[in-house]
Amino acid sequence: MQKLGLTALIFHAIFVIFILAPLVMVVAVSFTDKGYLSLPTDGLSLRWFYAILDNPDFIDAFWMSLWLAFISASIAVIISVPAALAIARHKFPGRDTISAFLLSPLMIPHLVLGVAFLQFYSSIGLGGSFFGLAAAHVILITPYSLRLALASATGLSTDAENAALTLGASKFTVFRRITLPLILPGVAGGWILAFITSFDELTMSVFVASPATQTLPVKMYHHITQTIDPLIASISTVLIVLTFIVMLILDRFYGLDKIFIGKG
Amino acid sequence: MSTSQVKKVPYLLTTPGVLFFALLLGAPMVMTFLLSLHSYDFNTGIQTDWTIANYIEVLGDPYFQKIFARTFGLSLLVTVICILIGVPEAYVLSRLSSKWRSIFLLIVLGPLLISVVVRTLGWALFFGGNGVLTMISQALGFGDEPVSLMFTFTGMTIALVHVLVPFMVISVWASLQKIDPQSEDAGLSLGASKMTVLRRITLPQAMPGILSGSIIVFALTASAFATPAIIGGRRLKVVATAAYDEYLSTLNWPLGAAIAVILLLANILIIVSYNKVIERRFANIFE
Amino acid sequence: MSFLKFESLTKKFGDFVAVRDMSLDIEKGEFISLLGPSGCGKTTTLQMVAGLLTPTSGKISLDGKDITETPPNERGLGIVFQTYALFPHMTAIENVSFGLEMRGVAKAERIERASNALEQVKLGQFMNRYPKQMSGGQRQRVALARALVIGPPVLLLDEPLSNLDAKLREEMRLELRILQQDIGVTTVLVTHDQEEALSMSDRIVVMKQGDISQIAAPLELYERPTNTFVSDFVGKTNLLKGEVTDNNQVSVNGIKFEVDTKMHKQGTRIDLSIRPEKFRMSNDKKGQEVRVDASIFLGASWLYSVSSDLGQLFVTQPNTGTAGYSKGDIAWLDWQKGALTLFEEAAS
Repeated sequence: MQKLGLTALIFHAIFVIFILAPLVMVVAVSFTDKGYLSLPTDGLSLRWFYAILDNPDFIDAFWMSLWLAFISASIAVIISVPAALAIARHKFPGRDTISAFLLSPLMIPHLVLGVAFLQFYSSIGLGGSFFGLAAAHVILITPYSLRLALASATGLSTDAENAALTLGASKFTVFRRITLPLILPGVAGGWILAFITSFDELTMSVFVASPATQTLPVKMYHHITQTIDPLIASISTVLIVLTFIVMLILDRFYGLDKIFIGKG
Repeated sequence: MSTSQVKKVPYLLTTPGVLFFALLLGAPMVMTFLLSLHSYDFNTGIQTDWTIANYIEVLGDPYFQKIFARTFGLSLLVTVICILIGVPEAYVLSRLSSKWRSIFLLIVLGPLLISVVVRTLGWALFFGGNGVLTMISQALGFGDEPVSLMFTFTGMTIALVHVLVPFMVISVWASLQKIDPQSEDAGLSLGASKMTVLRRITLPQAMPGILSGSIIVFALTASAFATPAIIGGRRLKVVATAAYDEYLSTLNWPLGAAIAVILLLANILIIVSYNKVIERRFANIFE
Repeated sequence: MSFLKFESLTKKFGDFVAVRDMSLDIEKGEFISLLGPSGCGKTTTLQMVAGLLTPTSGKISLDGKDITETPPNERGLGIVFQTYALFPHMTAIENVSFGLEMRGVAKAERIERASNALEQVKLGQFMNRYPKQMSGGQRQRVALARALVIGPPVLLLDEPLSNLDAKLREEMRLELRILQQDIGVTTVLVTHDQEEALSMSDRIVVMKQGDISQIAAPLELYERPTNTFVSDFVGKTNLLKGEVTDNNQVSVNGIKFEVDTKMHKQGTRIDLSIRPEKFRMSNDKKGQEVRVDASIFLGASWLYSVSSDLGQLFVTQPNTGTAGYSKGDIAWLDWQKGALTLFEEAAS
């Protein structure tokens, strides 16, 4: 292992500043005491955080996003775990095709998914429905949970399962007591990654969400295209802090890089 | 257990996913493709005829050509910058002591978990006419003129690099992790300088990561919506924002569908051919 | 005059002392092994010689020149790493010619010398393969060729055979030793495998927790270990605890027998080592009576676990083609008094 030189460390410092700068900027602006966009030069104020409470639209959108992410991540896991077990542990005609099909949303730009769902739902009368939005999110995030489930199912040897069978366990018991616990970390990681991806999704949702089903990113996007004010900064700050907490938890239990390799 | 029973299991397990996808992904995609083959009349709406006029318009009209060229140029530029700063950063990360490494991995990769809208907002705050950039330039004595990168190509590039460079870092980081550190020691022991080891031993082994990072960044820039929409606005349209406008402002869905189909095909073509190249080049070398 | 010389070499990692005050003289052309369990400091020592670690204190000199601070890329030593550390993106011949290229050797000569080196390790027809396309043994040979082609003054081998299967490992031991003697290159081998060290080395340095435990030629090390650690680590042995009772006599569990105890005072508590193959096992009622607890046939020999008033003992007897003892049999063990090695208890 070579040691790092000074140039490398300076580069690293600049890179980290570059990464953090816009986030710091958002947080700083949210603490302003002025009624307009400015840095809090005359002391910190929480007025724009109180202002969030006066905007129930944003709070509703937040709960909508949370609920939507929870539902769609759960459905994605229910779909992808059996599929991952089949793909990882069986050889059968059409296996590669099925696997490619279930992973294909990764190759489709979100915009394309968005316009496709927009037209599809409006033609079958599901336009603007929560069901439609959730189904679209399931399609979008299933590949992420599938990839992590595949990774843990592929590494699994059948020895432990065969051992359990010889010890008299039924096939269902083997699945419940042996297989599931072994792939659980991958499944849980997949659920979390799917949840976060759904929660943050904008491009597709912009097309699919109606005013009644507006998610937080969509609501924020529409707000920003009208006006950029300290309110949107304080909402963003809340999101940054929440994400940071989730991140610390994830890093503690999984290691962030493992989760992200699933995302790349 | 008979063999026919064994064969049924994998199909049973994949059926829910395949059905769900066929119905809710296959149908919409096919419908979008069909839609792109209809013409549109501003008075009567979508027609029932079959035509490739939308494709001819998108590919032939200088207005759209410019948007496609801008999107392609933007993607290329963002990818190159991500390589130039993401690869060294991944290398630095891989050399830090494990304590510092986990802290900085959190900082560098963490933003991926924060909504793109929030991250773009940060740059909008920097770039706006009364933003920090103006304050900095005034403080440095470059005059009182507000400096704004809003609605500029430069601003869009910076913000997109910020949004996408973590993908490059994670991808290169993953391939650096696979390198046997002893192969670098071996290079040194054979008389190579540190720079030569970096160039001849480390970098070539990180190549699969650099290439897959590049394809991710390129594809995501080409189809990026939020950042170009907020920073580029109406003035600097890219493919995604143009399609958005066709759908939600002009309401010319068939034309928007044609743009979407072209974007999708270009995306798939680039990803698939790139993967083929990587496979052929590295199949014998890396796992 | 010694060729490679360590003087009071010490390496600390924080409070942990990996190598303590190690001094060693290695002759030109000598094959020396650093042997010990993991964590004994043998790999740390090798890395200091290679220049991959800087000693905390002490000096390394090569052919009279101090190389303690010389960076690894200027030492010119040949190293075969435990993982082989081949460059995966280069073919066999590219791997081997890399070091020559770094020395500015012209391309044509480079290819010729690299090919010859690969021929020498019998890989002539695999030159254009990538490491991934080769077997473990072939990779190992490429690594060896790559280290030797630059004509290094010293060859460093870091557990080079540990990733090979048992049969291949034995073949490679022999091959490596023959090659080393042909070239006459001074070689330092790091290993935790005592058989490997015994079979290949001119001298063995046994290390324990950063200290040198004993330096000796293989036969001497095996026959005359100077402490219980070496006698136990190198080969198999039976260790018994006893006390010197008289001039030529020790007592173990109350049983007295003759030894060479000239150096030890009466009443000294001692450890006694006797190797399993030094016993003669018979029915002639001479020596110590034992009962066979377990009997294992090993092909060339029998291994018995026996219990006696001396305690539990392992006994190895050559296979003479007749049936051995079985569980429950009573037999007698006899031994030459020179077969016993005595250590004072402190001298572990």
